[in-house]
Amino acid sequence: MLQAVQIVISGAAQGCIYGLIALGLVLIYKTTETVSFAHDELMMLGAFAGYGLMTLAGLPFWIAFVATVLAMGVFGIALERVVIRPILGQPAFTLVMLTIGIGYVARGLVTMIPGIGTETHALAVPYKDQIWNVGVLVLNVEQMVVIAATAILSAALYAMFRYTRIGIAMQASSQNQLAAYYMGIPVKRLNGLVWGLAAAVAAIAGLLLAPITFVYANMGFIGLKAIPAAVVGGFGSLPGAIVGGLVIGIVESLSGFYLPEGFKDVAPYAVVLIMLVIRPNGIFGDRLRKKV
Amino acid sequence: MRFLFKTSYLQDIRLAKHGGHVFWYGLLVVALLAAPWIVSEYWLAQLTFVLIYSVVGLGLMLLSGFTGLFSLGHAAFLGVGAYTEAALVGIGTPFPLAMAAAGLVSAGVGVVVGLPALRVKGIYLAIATLAFSFIVVEVFARWESVTGGNAGKQVKAPALLGWSADSDLSFYFVCLATTALATLAILNLLRAPTGRAFVAIRDSEISAQSMGIHLARYKTLSFAISAALAGVGGALYAHKLKFISPDQFDVLESINLVLVIVVGGVGSVHGAFLGAIFFITMPQVIALAKDVLPPAVGQAPGLQGAVYGFVLIGFVLFEPLGLYGRWVKLRTWFQIFPFYRKGMFKRQKSFLKSDRLK
Repeated sequence: MLQAVQIVISGAAQGCIYGLIALGLVLIYKTTETVSFAHDELMMLGAFAGYGLMTLAGLPFWIAFVATVLAMGVFGIALERVVIRPILGQPAFTLVMLTIGIGYVARGLVTMIPGIGTETHALAVPYKDQIWNVGVLVLNVEQMVVIAATAILSAALYAMFRYTRIGIAMQASSQNQLAAYYMGIPVKRLNGLVWGLAAAVAAIAGLLLAPITFVYANMGFIGLKAIPAAVVGGFGSLPGAIVGGLVIGIVESLSGFYLPEGFKDVAPYAVVLIMLVIRPNGIFGDRLRKKV
Repeated sequence: MRFLFKTSYLQDIRLAKHGGHVFWYGLLVVALLAAPWIVSEYWLAQLTFVLIYSVVGLGLMLLSGFTGLFSLGHAAFLGVGAYTEAALVGIGTPFPLAMAAAGLVSAGVGVVVGLPALRVKGIYLAIATLAFSFIVVEVFARWESVTGGNAGKQVKAPALLGWSADSDLSFYFVCLATTALATLAILNLLRAPTGRAFVAIRDSEISAQSMGIHLARYKTLSFAISAALAGVGGALYAHKLKFISPDQFDVLESINLVLVIVVGGVGSVHGAFLGAIFFITMPQVIALAKDVLPPAVGQAPGLQGAVYGFVLIGFVLFEPLGLYGRWVKLRTWFQIFPFYRKGMFKRQKSFLKSDRLK
């Protein structure tokens, strides 16, 4: 029994990582109604930027953290301005292709940095390898930080979409761009803001994951499991991203223990396929119907 | 300038629209038949790869370009075909039978994947196919008695009644015949009611449904045909490489296949071929460029990925109709010589509409 609890806890910790990445995916989906396949690579870029600032420029962790997040936010806005704005309004799949291309370029260019791109680096964070003892439970601080950050970020983003004018404008422009234009919403500027925000969230995810997964050019591939997390939670729902991440993480660790070898890696995808067949809108997905 | 004077309705669905088509495609056939005696052995191998990728590209083009369903897991079908072929040829099945079986098994798998397509669309379908391809690759890696697991599997040369296509020359002709058959099949399909139904579904599901098209049946059919072509292509691929392992069919290969049709031009049969030619010659061009570039750039491991990414971004931004679209523009420029205007093929401004409201 204790073993099962421990498996669930470690699965939940892993699930929070997926949830944190899925948060960025949901953010993009909620505002532009597409899936960004470049999100994982933005995360990787953020981690590398943080590594560069800390190791090469010698900045302390917290300053490097803030600088990286700000820099990635600006990078996201620039990215939107240069490559994404020209195809504004095209079918969603065009943007998917574009983000796949951006991902390839990012991964390729980082790999090309001599001496750094092909290596695996550890990010020296102040809370590395610390452990909290809470009663009988042994908690890893690195994972606790991920969990806390995920919760805070999703609460903040949820509040933004729910209560601020800008958040509501973002939702409006995702549901009907033309109508949003008519209502006087600056759709283009808003899109730039969304990509900046998404890149900043990706940078936070990258920096928080770095102590756990290390920093290397292919670290973005973990993000492929965040997509099932986002789908299971309901792609348009921020709390859903976390719940979806938890579901995926726990299913993965349980199947890794109780099922034969090999099931662990495919469990998230099996879950997402079942979910898409049974309830395509996910657990928290809103069922919208067009009223005739 | 050529004027087509139509005197019968049959002219609308004729495969060769005018004498120019007959001449140029005839020339292409002659060139392809004579290719083994003209080009070097190395380029013949590359040409074989182009033919194989064309078959797979045709399948994906039918699904994405003509039915409007996007798949990010098509390499899984390629793999299913390849492993079926390897297993059947391994026990001595004649290769035409084995290839047909590879296509059928792949089609069967395609129908299974097509099931979610009935409920979800757009981006969700891409995710479903992506998830599915991960599962299939894992099955390849674990089902060791059939697939040989991660260690890979040797594939015998295709054989039929004592004759064996074990030389590059004979295998080239096997590929050429398969590609020609597949192309004719697709062209015929597209001018038949089934193909028109596919295009109608792509353009507007609601309109198609109101015209009496059974969406579920045609979407599943499209998945099945597309997967079958990918399976046949996979069978040829297995023979060409003579060795297959699960990592050849992973998500990166799926993205490569999407790259083939996007670069070639989504929504055109020519696009599958142009994309395949591009995809096979690109690594050669990069290899040539490596000698010219400074070593810090030329020898860097990420060069190929970065170039692919830039090409993909470039085509999406500047030439959404792909290489075929570029050719059409060039042809139009010559056909109507002094009258070509810059904005003739300009993309219509459109606005994103939510898929969430149904």
